[in-house]
Amino acid sequence: MSLKLENINRTVNGEVYLKDINLTLEPGRLNVLLGRTLSGKTSLLRLIAGLDKPDSGKVFSRDQDVTGLSVQKRNVGMVYQQFINYPNLTVYDNIASPLKLAKVDKATIDRQVRDIAERLSISQFLSRFPLELSGGQQQRTALARALVKDADVVLLDEPLANLDYKLRESLRADLRDLFTQRNSVVVYATTEAQEALALGGHSVLLHEGQVLQSGPTAEQFRQPVNLNSANLFSEPPLNTLMGIKQGGELRLAGLPAVVTLSEHLKALPDGEYLFAWRPTDASLVAKSEHDIELLLDVDVAEISASESFIHTHYRVGQSTENHSWVWQIQGVHNLPNDDKIRLHLSSQKLFVFAADGKCVASPQSKLSELSILGDECG
Amino acid sequence: MSIIREKGSKRKALGLIAYMVFVLLPIYWLLNMSFKTNEEILSGLTLWPNDFTFDNYITIFTDASWYMGYVNSMTYVAMNMVITLLVALPAAYAFSRYKFVGDKHLFFWLLSNRMAPPAVFLLPFFQLYSSVGLFDTHLAVALAHCLFSIPLAVWILEGFMSGVPREIDETAYIDGYSFSRFFITIFIPMIRSGIGVTAFFSFMFSWVELLLARTLTSVEAKPISAIMTRTVGATGIDWGVLAAAGVLTIIPGVLVIWFVRNHVAKGFALGRV
Repeated sequence: MSLKLENINRTVNGEVYLKDINLTLEPGRLNVLLGRTLSGKTSLLRLIAGLDKPDSGKVFSRDQDVTGLSVQKRNVGMVYQQFINYPNLTVYDNIASPLKLAKVDKATIDRQVRDIAERLSISQFLSRFPLELSGGQQQRTALARALVKDADVVLLDEPLANLDYKLRESLRADLRDLFTQRNSVVVYATTEAQEALALGGHSVLLHEGQVLQSGPTAEQFRQPVNLNSANLFSEPPLNTLMGIKQGGELRLAGLPAVVTLSEHLKALPDGEYLFAWRPTDASLVAKSEHDIELLLDVDVAEISASESFIHTHYRVGQSTENHSWVWQIQGVHNLPNDDKIRLHLSSQKLFVFAADGKCVASPQSKLSELSILGDECG
Repeated sequence: MSIIREKGSKRKALGLIAYMVFVLLPIYWLLNMSFKTNEEILSGLTLWPNDFTFDNYITIFTDASWYMGYVNSMTYVAMNMVITLLVALPAAYAFSRYKFVGDKHLFFWLLSNRMAPPAVFLLPFFQLYSSVGLFDTHLAVALAHCLFSIPLAVWILEGFMSGVPREIDETAYIDGYSFSRFFITIFIPMIRSGIGVTAFFSFMFSWVELLLARTLTSVEAKPISAIMTRTVGATGIDWGVLAAAGVLTIIPGVLVIWFVRNHVAKGFALGRV
């Protein structure tokens, strides 16, 4: 029943859209495609749907090769970022259209349409036209249409991106419940790490058309394979600094003090590495002996609800090397531009990347401790 | 302050009324003449028919050589509209949805066709249609008019079609629609404003075009505009009948404008008209 992609490649006008994709997507869980814009998420979804064909490689659904099968013959449902419904059909007819095309009898169509509309809380809008509904209701209609035909594969391309925060929250919770109960392979594409983490399930991290890693979302969040993977789970991206580990000592570029090694750094072979903190890992107060104190120049401070995004720069010693870092700090910190800020960064929270970009050490934090999730971690 | 504003608005209203009278006067005069006898028309200016008569209209509706002019005109205009839409709809869809070699050049070339005056094509059409037996048929005029109406129709429809997200097409295919079923049941209703506007413009062009219609016909398919020139006879010009024919020529245009007025307004809003 799983969906398998084997050695998928797709190039359009010399531009690589997908490269060597090998994936197995299972039913009964949410398979999240996480990647930035142009990372290949939509290309992959379109390929699974049958809207595009790969240059090479094969797509298997229910152990059958469906690579050359036309889109009409694949039992697929798809929901887009835009609210895509048939504007000249009522909500009822919109939802019923795939069933009518499959020549399902009228009584069954009526029962299934009313059932899915009930589950998606749009029962009272069945006689209306999509453009008479709010954005959330329109997207629920699109979802209902994708779900009603009990498709083998349901593809969701950033379905909540155009909704406001409250609607996203409620619809996301509905989606999680709806999809984990189904026997379909559900693929959910998103650019937002927070959404991927909130949805749980399994994630596939995509970068420039390639799969960086795949597996349980929480595990990937804790143990990224490289800096790109780590950055996918971090918005703003990780703040990086070169450093040298020698014996039991760690020296970070420009810092006079020797950093006390935390447990996860002790096993690291000696050498030069790229060290990185998540933007959420800075604190205004020292918390342990592993803390590194940095005095940074403030470029600008942006207040976002109960958090502050402090844009800073850090000059490495007397050199011209300059690092621009953004820190996400709890609380409202209305700092004037060109002010200075003293931040405490724990060596326990350090990610370490080798010269080839691979992650060689990551902090052993528990998912629930990580502030990026906020209240959604549950 | 309010007095000045009131005076200003009164002046504007007067200006507007004067302009309306100026524009509508010829139409009124035509209508006025159509209910007069030739004697009254020639005897001098009268604002209202002294000897009110429907004779001019009766002549047109009872004389086959007159009313067949309308039938002929309406036949080739309807044929032109149908052919234009049948050809332009798939062509515009292709321009809007697919990329192919030379698509942009071809699209521009279609429009540049419109820039040539109809007279340029008189000779080739006349010779071509005469040799294949199409001369003096409704199809000849309809096809000749298509040369001008199809490019404009493709251009208008492409604008409307490009306003429909491609994802609608894809969703339909995913739902199981075949292309033809999707195109007819989903896509065409979505661009009905565009179709209304296109039909309106091809009607207008074909209805008012005289040169091609007159040259490519002689008896069987002679349009009303050509027949109207017949009133110049040995006894002079039959002004009353000519005026009545003029009034009856305006009516179809008014009716079409009435039915598609909302679509035309939408078309203007969407920027392709």
